[in-house]
Amino acid sequence: MSVGDVAADDRAYVSEQLIAAQPPPPEARRWSKARIAGLILLGIWTAVAAGLVLFFIREWNPSLLQRYGPRLLHGLLVTIELVGIAVIVGAALACLVGAARLSRNKFIGTFAYAYVYFFRGTPLLAQTFLVYYGAGQFRDSFEAAGLWWFFRDAFNCAALTFTLNTAAYQAEIFQGAIRGVQRGQWEGARALGLSRTVIFFKVIAPQALITALRPLGNEIIFMIKGSAIASVITVYDLMGETRLAFSRSFDFQVYLWAAGLYLILVETLRRFWDAFEARLTRHLKRAEQTPKGKRVVDTQMGA
Amino acid sequence: MADLFSLLSFGPDGWGDELLAGLGVTVALALVTLPVGLVLGFLLALAKDSGDRALVSASTILTTIFRGLPELLTLFIIYYGGQIALQQLFRLLFDRYIEFSSFTAGVIALSLVFASFASEVFLSAFRGIQSGQYEGSYALGLRPTSTMRLVILPQLIKLALPGLSNLWLILLKDTSLVSVIALNDLLRNTNIAVGVTKEPFFFYAVACLIYLSLSLLSSVGIGSIDRWARRGEGAR
Repeated sequence: MSVGDVAADDRAYVSEQLIAAQPPPPEARRWSKARIAGLILLGIWTAVAAGLVLFFIREWNPSLLQRYGPRLLHGLLVTIELVGIAVIVGAALACLVGAARLSRNKFIGTFAYAYVYFFRGTPLLAQTFLVYYGAGQFRDSFEAAGLWWFFRDAFNCAALTFTLNTAAYQAEIFQGAIRGVQRGQWEGARALGLSRTVIFFKVIAPQALITALRPLGNEIIFMIKGSAIASVITVYDLMGETRLAFSRSFDFQVYLWAAGLYLILVETLRRFWDAFEARLTRHLKRAEQTPKGKRVVDTQMGA
Repeated sequence: MADLFSLLSFGPDGWGDELLAGLGVTVALALVTLPVGLVLGFLLALAKDSGDRALVSASTILTTIFRGLPELLTLFIIYYGGQIALQQLFRLLFDRYIEFSSFTAGVIALSLVFASFASEVFLSAFRGIQSGQYEGSYALGLRPTSTMRLVILPQLIKLALPGLSNLWLILLKDTSLVSVIALNDLLRNTNIAVGVTKEPFFFYAVACLIYLSLSLLSSVGIGSIDRWARRGEGAR
């Protein structure tokens, strides 16, 4: 029996009898206060969900759904239309106001600041009343100017107010994002001999828009939620149809349907916006930040 | 023009006293909502930061719902739905009829919304505090509650203040929504004044100016809170 054979036997013993090296077992989950509180709260949520299911089973009203379901969906379309118009026209207006905010002309800058301050400092509901009922007071002058057809319709007034409101918020987002781009970017582009327009559109705007993306998404969500206010001035958006259905049927479940629709709308937009942002900023992600890459680095360090 | 301003006088002919009473309700609503929302938001942030799966998901469900729903709808659901649920509960338990006011409904709805957004602000503020701060205070032998009170909170206020003051301004404006559930706040009293005097543009403009001055006043207050929170940083 040679020495080499013993070593081979030992190797066989080691590989067959001993347990291979394994990661440590997961930490035992203790009954901490946080865990107990969490389970109790989850229990409450489960009870709420069960209560809702029970409520819908007991109170389920097919005729109500048949009667008001399509109207609610139509209201949802009106909401989307209202928000779409406000956000898109508002963005165009916001570019102007934002440019005015950044202007070196003191008068223009102050005027734009006053505009932004007014629309951000007062409630959307009060603004809507101001435009809708205020316009009614000046009916004669609007008729003379040939504008009455516009202000007669509550939808137009709501769309106008929301546009002016979101323009103020978006202008702040845009000008903040543009100010956030480092000076060096301007100076570098200047040194390359680019014109101001080219610098703005090719160098500054692309970087600013990336910073603006997240607050812009939040602003759209705020607008969706705020658009429910239009129902107060008799616009039949989702909220308006819901209030109408409730005032006729006195059945509370229409509010819960509307809540579901709003939540779906907002969550869809939020997820879409996250994906959109991830797509637009994909050049900023680094490959080695993935967990897999990190592990490779770790093992190399260990060796 | 002088006629218009005489409408704002105090007394039986003018609407000044009504608007002032409405302003009082608006401010009271915001001031009652603020502490409730702050405490609830702080607890929600603690829950989200706890790392316990059940607690995190329970609090995330709450904030997702109230961040996604329109404030007006939340208000209606609390006002009508809460009324129904509470009445059922009291009939079942105590055989008594109970009703809660639109002020209570406003406080509940607005503080739920405020807390949901505030929890995000607190959470990102927590992320801004280095773990060395916790380790240092444990090393000094401070209990977790003392650590929170003496070490973490003073730094947290500084980090969370910009976000929270934003939420306070939003809250001030959102109080106007309670006018829709018949609470006599500033905007509803303005509505009544408009109904009587038929001067909508003037009165709504006045209401807007009052809201504006409220937020102006708030910015001054927030500025001094900010200076107080930064008092440890030395003069600059």
